Amino acid sequence: MTMSEKNWTDIGALEQIPHLGARIVRTPHGCVAVFRTQDDQVFALEDRCPHKGGPLSQGIVHGTSVTCPLHNWALSLETGEALGADVGRVFKLPLRVEAGRLLIDLAPFAAARQMRRVG
Amino acid sequence: MLHLVKEAFDLRTSEPPRPRLVVIGNGMSPGRALEKLFEAAPDTYKVTVFNAEPRVNYDRIMLSPLLSGEKSFEEIVIHGDGWYITHDVTLYKGHRIIKIDRQKRVVVSSHGVIEPYDKLIIATGSSPIVIPVPGHKLAGVLTYRDLDDVNAMLLAAQSGGKAVVIGGGLLGLEAAVGLKEQGMDVTVLHLMPTLMERQLDAPAGYLLKQAIEQRGIRVIVKANTKEILGTDPAKGPPRVRGLLLDDGTELPASLVVMAVGIRPSADLARDANLEVKRGVIVGPDMRTSDPNVFALGECAETAGQCFGLVAPLYEMASVVAAQLVGDASQTFNPSVTATKLKVTGINLFSAGDFADAPDREEIVLRDAARGVYRRLVLKAGRLIGAVLYGDVSDGAWFFDLIKKSADIAELRETLIFGPSYAGGAPLDPTAAVAALADDAEICGCNGVCKGKIVEAIAAKGLTSLDQVRAHTKASASCGSCTGVVEKLMTLTLGDSYSPSTIAPMCPCTDLGHDEVRRLIVAGGFISIPGVMQALNWKTSCGCARCRPALNYYLVCAYPDGYEDDSQSRFINERVHANIQKDGTFSVVPRMWGGLTSAKELRAIADVVDKFAIPMVKVTGGQRIDLLGVRKEELPAVWSDLNKAGMVSGAAYAKGLRTVKTCVGKDWCRFGTQDSTGLGVRMEKFLWGSWTPAKVKMGVSGCPRNCAEATCKDVGVICVDSGYDIVFAGAAGLDILGAQALGHADTEDETMEIIAALVQLYREQGRYLERIYKWVRRVGVETVRAQIVADVERRRSLYARFVASQVSVQRDPWADRVAGKDAHEFAPLADLPALASAQ
Repeated sequence: MTMSEKNWTDIGALEQIPHLGARIVRTPHGCVAVFRTQDDQVFALEDRCPHKGGPLSQGIVHGTSVTCPLHNWALSLETGEALGADVGRVFKLPLRVEAGRLLIDLAPFAAARQMRRVG
Repeated sequence: MLHLVKEAFDLRTSEPPRPRLVVIGNGMSPGRALEKLFEAAPDTYKVTVFNAEPRVNYDRIMLSPLLSGEKSFEEIVIHGDGWYITHDVTLYKGHRIIKIDRQKRVVVSSHGVIEPYDKLIIATGSSPIVIPVPGHKLAGVLTYRDLDDVNAMLLAAQSGGKAVVIGGGLLGLEAAVGLKEQGMDVTVLHLMPTLMERQLDAPAGYLLKQAIEQRGIRVIVKANTKEILGTDPAKGPPRVRGLLLDDGTELPASLVVMAVGIRPSADLARDANLEVKRGVIVGPDMRTSDPNVFALGECAETAGQCFGLVAPLYEMASVVAAQLVGDASQTFNPSVTATKLKVTGINLFSAGDFADAPDREEIVLRDAARGVYRRLVLKAGRLIGAVLYGDVSDGAWFFDLIKKSADIAELRETLIFGPSYAGGAPLDPTAAVAALADDAEICGCNGVCKGKIVEAIAAKGLTSLDQVRAHTKASASCGSCTGVVEKLMTLTLGDSYSPSTIAPMCPCTDLGHDEVRRLIVAGGFISIPGVMQALNWKTSCGCARCRPALNYYLVCAYPDGYEDDSQSRFINERVHANIQKDGTFSVVPRMWGGLTSAKELRAIADVVDKFAIPMVKVTGGQRIDLLGVRKEELPAVWSDLNKAGMVSGAAYAKGLRTVKTCVGKDWCRFGTQDSTGLGVRMEKFLWGSWTPAKVKMGVSGCPRNCAEATCKDVGVICVDSGYDIVFAGAAGLDILGAQALGHADTEDETMEIIAALVQLYREQGRYLERIYKWVRRVGVETVRAQIVADVERRRSLYARFVASQVSVQRDPWADRVAGKDAHEFAPLADLPALASAQ
């Protein structure tokens, strides 16, 4: 496997996520939140707010941002960065849509979690 | 003999034989490629064209005007028979190519013609996607792609009847309007919540839906077709008689048109072992994996993209023509594209990339009265996308700025007004108020409409808010319409009047909470996108602050007509449990008035054991909290609690939480009334309706006040002579003793006063504003006057409260146990560890 190749896993159909909503994907490395915007863009972020670990999948989605349900941090779905005056970043996973199916690449997330455990 | 020699001689002396160019397909892009080729180098190739359709080349974009009867086929022909003769092109009409043999360099047609080529252009276009629901092959089910489809639709329309168009995109809407023009009764079904979601954002999609509906076409969004229904086969060949949606709705129809998208037609190329993914893969030179074979048009795929709009297809055509005459410098670089809806009277234009992103800014102009919506997307000081609705005359100018990637720093202030508005006046913040009709009600308390206020200001020369209040009574009661009245004064008096500043609801708007609410009611706006559109919202779909507020205001304004938007609710109200810091939830069943029983306690104990619930706590509101329940187990927990007769305690709701009681006169030696019974009665009557913020109540059986009623939002202190009602207490961030509201002689009167108070709060309280803050803002006396002194007003408030309860007094837990919002409680996927984990 070359460096640029990706290990895509089918996690379901775009239609299974409500507009301006999210669903979670359970993985051995932690939960991933998969978001869908009003215009059908999709994003996958680790389901852990960088502030106090809140489940971002449970937040309100607006534009391409989500507001964490615990303390109202807003995060960019596109970059994983905290918006406004808050500073922090959540892990973003490669995700793509093909023929209405959602494909995710867990490898970088698994690698990052591995490092977190080692470190 | 002599004759043969002469012919051989002619062949030798004539020009060398021309290379043979064969074109498969006769659509718009190969037509354009040939035009360009003949312009650049006439007579270079001997050209043969195979057209699967039995006709000459025509403008497919004009099929919609053809369907609606605005144009005839002759008017949309691009190349007539004469053009093919002039350019010495052999055209095989009605010949479908069934095979490309790249070894022998020949193509074979369905009629057996074998044509050799030196260069080949594959331009097989695309085919419409057919949704494979049961019944999709019935007679009367059509797609919308070519002239045959249009002719079939025109034939079907002759007998009138009902048509259903599946697909609310560009083609589907054009087909729907065309069929309506032909006299059919048309319904459009669209899977997504808004129309043309690929080209338009939600507010523009909403405007479009309104415009389509105004033409008498029914639009059903979020509609998923389950089955197309046929006539009884025993009574002759079956044909379509209707359509069934997956929610059980049945729509009668004699014609069903599918317009849900296109798929590149690449099978021929695939069978010839050319590289094919979604479409036929070409490089920037438009050559396929075989350099002698080009692919062009909707069947071609380059850099992972297929194209369906005419502008990039024509660019491809130019590149193919240049490559054919040896000019290798021209390559295809897909650029931004623009779309226009070709429906007379509905003007809509979109271009470039208009998705939201953090590095982008947007400029939005909404003028609801004129039906104008414009949204420009900027990135790094350049325009990258535009959506125009209503007035699209500046589309070409914006499109040009996008294509040129022009620096718009200098234009920015007035950019959105278009090219003719350089240096224009800034957007008027009073536009939404100006757009209201004269009979729009501004002051709900006193029934004053806009026309009356404007007239009084002008006729009586009023110059201050107090004068307007004195003369018209507008904003003289609860004051929630003050901002709107002030904007009317600004409109009427101009700059000579300077209104007090009002804090905007959130950064998405300049309007305050009260103004937004008044305008929702006055303007009759019935959805969140509708409000945002009409009130000139600055963002396309709001934020986490305004969306829940707007949702509440709409719930309150339209108790039975509004469909609650769960995605605009905070998680606790979306899943009817309280989120905890670790992402688990807490579950609190109702214990009416703080009463419980052995049966309930046993059921709770069983649930705690069964689900290994880590903590059980008695709450301050006299009930039991089960903490640490995992989200996916919530429905199972609720199911068990439901079975024991328990329902949601709404411990998460901006609505009635608890009615705390003491034991009252049945047990207590000091008790004066049945405080427990009254508390249960209040809780059973008042639960359900949403309020601006949470509401807690208490009933104490005597002035010793064991139920702590005097620090609740609403409290009752029972006395010998009846019931003292207090309100606006607080014991949280602020500590406030409740204030007297009034005295009631009977339980019935107590109930009426409290329900009327809650309704007044529902109508005037700002979202998240507790009762004590609302009362502090509007004044205790104002509230007392409306609830206690004005019995008629109290009765009407009471009636509105009762009406608001009709559709909400049902247990949300039971609904979810029965399957509602099942997606909330299950993960999308549960993945194992990576097999190749490094």
